[in-house]
Amino acid sequence: MTQLPPPSAKKLGLVIDLDTCVGCHACVISCKGWNTENYGAPLSDQNAYGADPSGTFLNRVHSYEVQPETGPAQLIHVPKSCLHCEDAPCVTVCPTGASYKRAEDGIVLVNESDCIGCGLCAWACPYGARELDAKEGVMKKCTLCVDRIYNENLPEEDRQPACVRTCPAGARHFGDLGDPDSDVSQLVAERGGMDLMPEQGTKPVNKYLPPRPKDVVPEFDILAPYLEPVASDGKGFVGWLDKALSSLPGGAK
Amino acid sequence: MSLDQPQLDTSPKVSDEVRKTTCYMCACRCGINVHMKDGKVAYIEGNKDHPVNQGVLCAKGSAGIMQHNAPSRLRAPLKRVGERGSGEFEEISWDEALELATSWLKPIRETAPEKLAFFTGRDQSQSFTGFWAQGFGTPNFAAHGGFCSVNMAAAGIYTMGGAFWEFGQPDWDHTKLFMLFGVAEDHDSNPIKMGIGKIKKRGARMIGVNPIRTGYNAVADDWVGITPGTDGLFILALVHCLMKAGKVDLDYLARFTNASVLINEDPKSDQFGLFLRDADGQPQVIDRNTGALAPWNGQGVEPDLSATYRAKGVTHRPVFHLMADRYLSDDYAPEAVADRCGIPAERIRALAADLARVAFDEAIALDRPWTDFRGKTHDKMVGRPVSFHAMRGISAHSNGFQTCRALHTLQIILGAVETPGGMRFKPPYPKPATAHPKPHGKVTPGAALDGPHLGYTQGPEDLLLHDDGSPKRIDKAYSWDNPMSAHGLMHMVISNAHAGDPYKIDTLFMYMANMSWNSSMNSGGVMKMLTDKDENGDYVIPRIIYSDAYSSEMVAYADLILPDTTYLERHDCISLLDRPICEADGVADAIRWPVVKPDRDVRGFQSVLCDLGARLGMPGFVNEDGSQKYQDYADYITNHIRRPGVGPLAGFRGNGDEHGRGEANPNQINRYIENGGFWIEHVPENAAYYKPFSNDYQDWAVKMGFYDAVQPYIFQLYVEPLRKFQAAAEGIGTRQPPDRLRGQIKATMDPLPIWYAPFEDGHVDPAEFPVHALTQRPMAMYHSWGTQNAWLRQIHGHNPLYVPTKIWEANGFQDGDWAKVTSAHGSIVVPVAHQASLNENTVWTWNAIGKRKGAWALDEGAPEATKGFLLNHLIHELLPPRGDGLRWANSDPVTGQAAWFDLRVKIEKSAVPNEAQPVLPPIKSPVGKGPKELGWKVGE
Repeated sequence: MTQLPPPSAKKLGLVIDLDTCVGCHACVISCKGWNTENYGAPLSDQNAYGADPSGTFLNRVHSYEVQPETGPAQLIHVPKSCLHCEDAPCVTVCPTGASYKRAEDGIVLVNESDCIGCGLCAWACPYGARELDAKEGVMKKCTLCVDRIYNENLPEEDRQPACVRTCPAGARHFGDLGDPDSDVSQLVAERGGMDLMPEQGTKPVNKYLPPRPKDVVPEFDILAPYLEPVASDGKGFVGWLDKALSSLPGGAK
Repeated sequence: MSLDQPQLDTSPKVSDEVRKTTCYMCACRCGINVHMKDGKVAYIEGNKDHPVNQGVLCAKGSAGIMQHNAPSRLRAPLKRVGERGSGEFEEISWDEALELATSWLKPIRETAPEKLAFFTGRDQSQSFTGFWAQGFGTPNFAAHGGFCSVNMAAAGIYTMGGAFWEFGQPDWDHTKLFMLFGVAEDHDSNPIKMGIGKIKKRGARMIGVNPIRTGYNAVADDWVGITPGTDGLFILALVHCLMKAGKVDLDYLARFTNASVLINEDPKSDQFGLFLRDADGQPQVIDRNTGALAPWNGQGVEPDLSATYRAKGVTHRPVFHLMADRYLSDDYAPEAVADRCGIPAERIRALAADLARVAFDEAIALDRPWTDFRGKTHDKMVGRPVSFHAMRGISAHSNGFQTCRALHTLQIILGAVETPGGMRFKPPYPKPATAHPKPHGKVTPGAALDGPHLGYTQGPEDLLLHDDGSPKRIDKAYSWDNPMSAHGLMHMVISNAHAGDPYKIDTLFMYMANMSWNSSMNSGGVMKMLTDKDENGDYVIPRIIYSDAYSSEMVAYADLILPDTTYLERHDCISLLDRPICEADGVADAIRWPVVKPDRDVRGFQSVLCDLGARLGMPGFVNEDGSQKYQDYADYITNHIRRPGVGPLAGFRGNGDEHGRGEANPNQINRYIENGGFWIEHVPENAAYYKPFSNDYQDWAVKMGFYDAVQPYIFQLYVEPLRKFQAAAEGIGTRQPPDRLRGQIKATMDPLPIWYAPFEDGHVDPAEFPVHALTQRPMAMYHSWGTQNAWLRQIHGHNPLYVPTKIWEANGFQDGDWAKVTSAHGSIVVPVAHQASLNENTVWTWNAIGKRKGAWALDEGAPEATKGFLLNHLIHELLPPRGDGLRWANSDPVTGQAAWFDLRVKIEKSAVPNEAQPVLPPIKSPVGKGPKELGWKVGE
C-alpha cells in the first residue's frame, strides 16, 4: 500500500466545460500523440489495422443522451481522463509505490519502473481513467502533461497540457484549483463547476462546468405578439414602406 | 517532496527541430508545427501564429503522424496486369509510367482533346490542375465541388459575391445570435469550433437547425429539428414574418442591394423580368434626391426602395415590391409551412422575433467612418449582430441552390452581411459573379482551351453547347440540365462516359477521388461501369489513370497508378487563385513543403503534371525551345505568373518585401518557411466591413492584386441571370432549351428565392418510403482517408444507422439489432442504434466509414468492412423513372449539385447477418496489410 502525501496547497487540474465541448476528440488524439512520444512507454495499439482495434488512451470522450422532463433529448459530450483526486484510491491501493501523488502540485503519476502491471489501481479507480498498456505491461494514465507544464524547452504559452492547448472550442482549462483566485477557480465559481461522481469520496481536483439550460421556452407577453404586423399583403406593405421611407433621415420625397 | 517520490525531469527536450507547414487531414488547411526527432516526424500540433487555427488542432490534424506512416501508402507506380477491379498490378518505373501516360494522352491531345476527362477530386491545387487541363485543351475538367457544396458556393457568389467558409464567416467577436443550418462539422472545422467557443464564452446565443442533434447542434442553446429538405421553406417563413412586421433594414436594402433596382413588369415585353438599364447598360433606380432615373452606382444617388417608373406603357417596379408580393403571401405564413417543416408555427414566429430583436433592438455601431462607392460618408459602421452559417446540410438537396439563396436573402434583409456582428467576407472575397470568369469549352486539337473551364454563366449565351444543342462537356455542366454548374459535375462523369452520352471518351484521369466507393452515388453501378466491356472485349471506358497517395478503393479500377506523396513530403500552395484560407481581417496564403523526404518511389502529383505537361508539349509547360518549363511544382509555385505581378503565392514577391503584386521571387518559398509556412496581410481597419461598397476596401483590393480595377457592387436579391434562363424556357431568345426541360427551368430558376419539394419526393412514393436518410461527416474523420489511421479508426471504426424513437419503437428494435433499409434504388442491411435527439422521421449514419475489403491496408475482418456501410448504395445518380419516358438527374437543376440528402427510405427489422449487406468481394491490396501492433517512440 502506498501513502498519499499531505494535501498540497497547489492543486493542478483541468476544468472541462460541458456546455462548450462539441465532442470532436481533438483532446483525445493530441494526448495520444504527445504521450506516445513523451512520458514513459509509448501508448501502443493492438490490431491497429485489423478487426477490433484497441489501443491505450489517457483521455477519452464519452457521449450521453439525456432526456429532460420537457423538451427534446440532448446529447452531452464528456471528456474523461484522470481527475487527480485528493483522496486517490489508485495510489493507496498500489502494492509497489509506483502510483503516487506529487506532494508539490497534486499530480497523480505512475513511476513505470516500479509498476508491475497488476492492474489494482485501474480496478480501484471509480472513473476508469487508467489503462494498462498491452504492449509494455505498465499502467498508463494522464500525467497532466507534467513534461510540458514546467518544461523550459517550451515557450511559456505552451506550458499547458496538450489537450488544453489543442482544444478547438476552448472547452478545456488548466490551472491551480487550490488557489481560489486562479482563473480556473473563478470559472468554477461562476459556472457552478461540479465534481464527477462526488459520492465516491475521492475529491477529484478536475472539475466539470455543467451545460447551460437548453431549449428554454421563451416567456412571452400574450398582450404583445412576437412581431406586430405592419401589413397583411404586398400592397399593404408598399403603403407601409412609403411611410417608413419618408421618415428615414433625408427621407421625404 | 515526499521521500518516495521519484526524481522527474520536467524539462525534457521536446524535439530537435520544428518545421511549420500546412495540414491536409481535411480541407480546413490549418497551420501545423511538425516536431522532428532524428529527421523523423515525432509530433504534430497547431501553429499558434496561423490565421486559420491559431494553435488549436482537431483530432485529424493531431493524428497526421499516423496518416504519414500509414501502411496503405502506395510505394511505386503501378501498371494493371489483371482485370480491372481485381487489384492485380505490377510495379513499374516512373519513366515507364510517364511514357505510357504520354503515349495515351499525346494522340488524344493532337486529335480530340475532349477525349480526356480530367477530374481532380479533393484537390487543393485546382488553379494549377485547371491550368494544366486548359493547356491540354480538354473542356472536361473539374474538382469535387459538384458532389459537395456547389449550391452553397454558387448561390453565395450570385447573390452577394461569396458564401460561407472560404468566402466568409460570422463576426465571432460581435455577433449576439448565431444560427447554424445543417451539418457543418465537415468544412471549416477548427474555425467554426473556435467561433462557437468564442460566442459561448461571451454568453451569446446559438440556435441549431438540423434534423440531427449531434456535434455543434449538441451545444446549441436551442435546437430546431427540421425535416430534411425544408430549410428553404422555413427560412422563407422567417422572411415572411420579418417583412410582415417591417423588421427589415430599409436603409441597407436601399443602398447596398438591388431591392431598389427597377424591373420590367410587362409580361408581353421581351424584357419582362429584366432590369431597366440605361444606354451604358447600368441597372436603373429612382434617385430620391431627384425622383428621376439614375444608375445604381451614380455618385450621390440615393436609391428609392419603393418608387416605380412607367415609360412607353410599361411599368417598372423595384425588386422590393416583387419581394413584398411574394413573401407576404400566406403561402409562406408559419401556419402554412409548419407541418412540412416539422416546426410548430409558434416556434417559427418566436425565432423570427428573436432575429428581429437582436438585429434591430440590440444593434451595435462601431465608431469608424467610411465612404461608400457613391461618395457618401457614413460616420459609423452600424451592425446587426445576427449571424448564420450553413454548408452541405442545406446544400446537398435538389432545392439546395434556392435554399442557399433564401438564407442569404434572410441575412440581407436583416442588414447582417458585411456589417459588424453579422457575416464578414474573407478577402479576396467578396467578388460578384460578374467579376468571375465565364465558363470556357472551345476545343482546338493540339492547342489550349480558349479559357478557364469553370465560371459563372450570365445567361443562355454562356452555356457550353454545340450548335446542335448537345453539351460540350462530358459531365453536361453548363447545359440546360444545370445552367449554373459552377463546379462541374464530377459525380456524372463516369456514368456519362460509360453511356457515351454526350460522347465517348478515351482516357479518364483522376486524382484523389474515390469514385468506385464513397465519392459516387450508386457505388456498385459505378464499379460495373468502370469494368464493363464492349462487344469487342474492350473496356467501355478505354483507359483510366489515377493518382492517389493511398491504397483506396479506386486504385483497383485504374490501368495506371501514379503514386502521390503524403502531405508532409510535398510542396503545395494554398493560393488566392484557388480556394483561399483567409480571415475576415486578413488576406492569407500558405505553403506545404517537404518536411521529410519520401521513403518510397513516389512523386507529388503536381510535379508529375509539370513533367507530363512538358512531355506533351503543352503551352505553359514548355519553354520556347521545347524544354520542360517547371522542373517541379515548387518551381511552378515560385515562377508562374498568372497576370502581371500576380502568381500562385501573394506574399514575399519581388525583392521579398512586396505583397500582393510583384515579380517572381526565387527565394519566395524559403521566405514562407521562415515565416511559419504562411503569409498574411491585414485588412485596413476602415475597410474591415462593408467591403463590397467601401472605397477604402476596393482600393486596397486592387493594390493587393485581387482584381485590376475597383469593382463595387450591390447584393443581388434578384438574380437577373436566373430570369434570363427562365425567359428562354418561356420561349424568349434564340438559344432555346429542349422542350423536356422547359417546365423544370421555369419552375426552378426563379430570380427571387423560392422553395420547392426535393425532387425525390415527386419520383418515389413518400408513403412507401416515409423516412429521410442522411449522412454526416464525423469531426474526427475526413471521408475515406481517416480509415487507414490507426488512431482515428478507434474512434469511428464502424457506423450504425441511428434511428429516432418513433421508428425504433414501431419496429421493436433492440440494441444489437440490424435493419434492412430500402430506397427506390436498392437495399442495404446494417446495424441500428437508437438516438432520441433526432427528427422523428429521419435516420442517419456517419459518412464514408464503410470500406471495401482489401482497401486501405486493412484486414478483411476490419469492422469498417464487416459492420461499416455506405448509404451510397441506396442513392442513384438518376431519379427512378416516373413514366414520362425520361430519367431525371438526382441533382439540383440549377447547379447540378448531387442531391445526396433528398434520399427517402423505408426501414424494417432484419435477421442479423454475418456482415453488413451488400458484401462485395475483396480486392487485392497492392500494399499488403498493416502491422498487428503499433508502439514506437521516434526519439528512441
